[in-house]
Amino acid sequence: MSLLIGSLTIGLILSLLAFGILISFRVVAFEDLTVDGSIALGGAVTASLIVGGMNPYLATLCAMLAGGIAGAITATLYTRFGINRLLSGILVMTGLYSINLRIMGKSNVPLLSHNSVMDSADALSRFLFGEETLIPIFGWQATARDISGLILITIYASLIGAILYAFFCTHLGLAMRAIGDNSTMIRASGVDVAMMTTLALFIGNALIALSGALIAQYQGFADVQMGIGMLVWGVASVILGESLVGTKKIGFLIAGAIMGSVLFRLLIAIALRWGLNPNDLKLITAVFVFAALVLPKVFSVGSRFKKVSANA
Amino acid sequence: MLKINSYRKTFFPGTPNEVRALQGIDLEIEPGTWVNVIGTNGSGKSTLLNAVAGAFLPDEGKIFLNDREISRWPEHRRAKLIGRVFQDPFSGTAPSMSIAENLALASRRGQVRGFGRALSPSRANQFRGQVAAMNLNLEDRLENPIGTISGGQRQSITLLMAVMLKPSLLLLDEHTAALDPKSADRVIKLTQNFIQRDQLTTLMVTHSMAQAASLGDRVIMMDRGRIVHDISGSEKERLRPEDLLDRFEDIRRANQLDESVTEMLKSQFV
Repeated sequence: MSLLIGSLTIGLILSLLAFGILISFRVVAFEDLTVDGSIALGGAVTASLIVGGMNPYLATLCAMLAGGIAGAITATLYTRFGINRLLSGILVMTGLYSINLRIMGKSNVPLLSHNSVMDSADALSRFLFGEETLIPIFGWQATARDISGLILITIYASLIGAILYAFFCTHLGLAMRAIGDNSTMIRASGVDVAMMTTLALFIGNALIALSGALIAQYQGFADVQMGIGMLVWGVASVILGESLVGTKKIGFLIAGAIMGSVLFRLLIAIALRWGLNPNDLKLITAVFVFAALVLPKVFSVGSRFKKVSANA
Repeated sequence: MLKINSYRKTFFPGTPNEVRALQGIDLEIEPGTWVNVIGTNGSGKSTLLNAVAGAFLPDEGKIFLNDREISRWPEHRRAKLIGRVFQDPFSGTAPSMSIAENLALASRRGQVRGFGRALSPSRANQFRGQVAAMNLNLEDRLENPIGTISGGQRQSITLLMAVMLKPSLLLLDEHTAALDPKSADRVIKLTQNFIQRDQLTTLMVTHSMAQAASLGDRVIMMDRGRIVHDISGSEKERLRPEDLLDRFEDIRRANQLDESVTEMLKSQFV
């Protein structure tokens, strides 16, 4: 049971990563590779600030700001210096590895003995369950703290999803969405595409860093390696979410990102339970994304072929 | 008012692909005038529109709009003064966004876009009224993605978007060329209505001699990056499509003559 709850919680935290990737890859159609660096940056900044004695909420905000700046730098390399999008992201991501080591001073910072935003889960637990520590759910036992943590993260993720949706319904958000859809048109409507792309990558990477900050506080440590493979993970969640909702409407895409992230995490947890070697995880993720990208094309080619043969 | 002074633009200068797209354009358009631009392929008519819209910056020359020099302004800044409709119906709208959202985008052309709600019920009603006035039967489908409606309908919506905030200059780049005759006719009628209603200063590129002769107040004909004919006033009123075809024929002959002369000189001196 605690494995299931843990998977759901991590899945929900990573849905923030999926939001970030949704904004860069889908909304403004920018293949932003900063992700692996900015998620670890989020963890590194929060961890060092919390260890330094800062309020964990404030530390988490700082992590978001740092992630946002990293994203803005990637965008600037592309828009102002004309560096290829992929290379811009790779440059920032590579640079961030050293920066993260500098921020933490070592490759791993433990947080278990410090305050964190997850402490609110304890307060919530006392409020909901009183002094009970083991709660029965469908015949299984789960700790009150795990359940409260899950509830707390669910609230965070839904709240941020709702804010994001509201933003994409404003004049500013509408203009941002048009960039990925038709940049010629939005330029002719008087929008500075370079500025707007920078803003989008700022918001996207701020969310990704937030996700890193929450993971570090949930797991109880920040690690300089924690970002490796996260980009592909997030892309997998977004793709899975898109196929779950089956529309391009932004509200559904946001909800889909949450569902995709949680579902993907559950699938991985089940695979691990069945004896998948954790070392193979990244390979499985990569193959999954490959399949998700290619299979729809294979099927549509197949159906077209069928139509042609039916006509003949 | 639009004023262009000795505008020159060469693409890929100094390479084998060098294109002298605009070779000294001088043009002055009075406010409220509708000017048609015609010319053969590669004559520079679309390039002229793109130059005014700011798709690239000039090598030489200046552009003034409303007595302000805009030659060095980036495209998005000029969009505050200029409304545009493109040849490709896919260019003017954001396909996966709804019709209403596209209209909302246009309702802020060149203005600050803040955190205000883009589609309030009152704005949605206003858009519904504007669309209903165009008789496209789209007023009840404003929530549909604009990519799902026909090319003619999209061009009509794009036109509405271009004139929603009255532009100082309307640029139409062969905006009916990709449509079937019936839709093209409808879009042209709509164009006439909007231009007359708001007294819009208009620069329209067209490939149709009939359109060029029957619509607007003035016709300019371009050839190899220059304006070679400028027809206005009573001469424009008497203008028939055949007259324009004759002038095209003259240009073609002159160009052929140029080529044969070059050939002759080459064989004699090279």
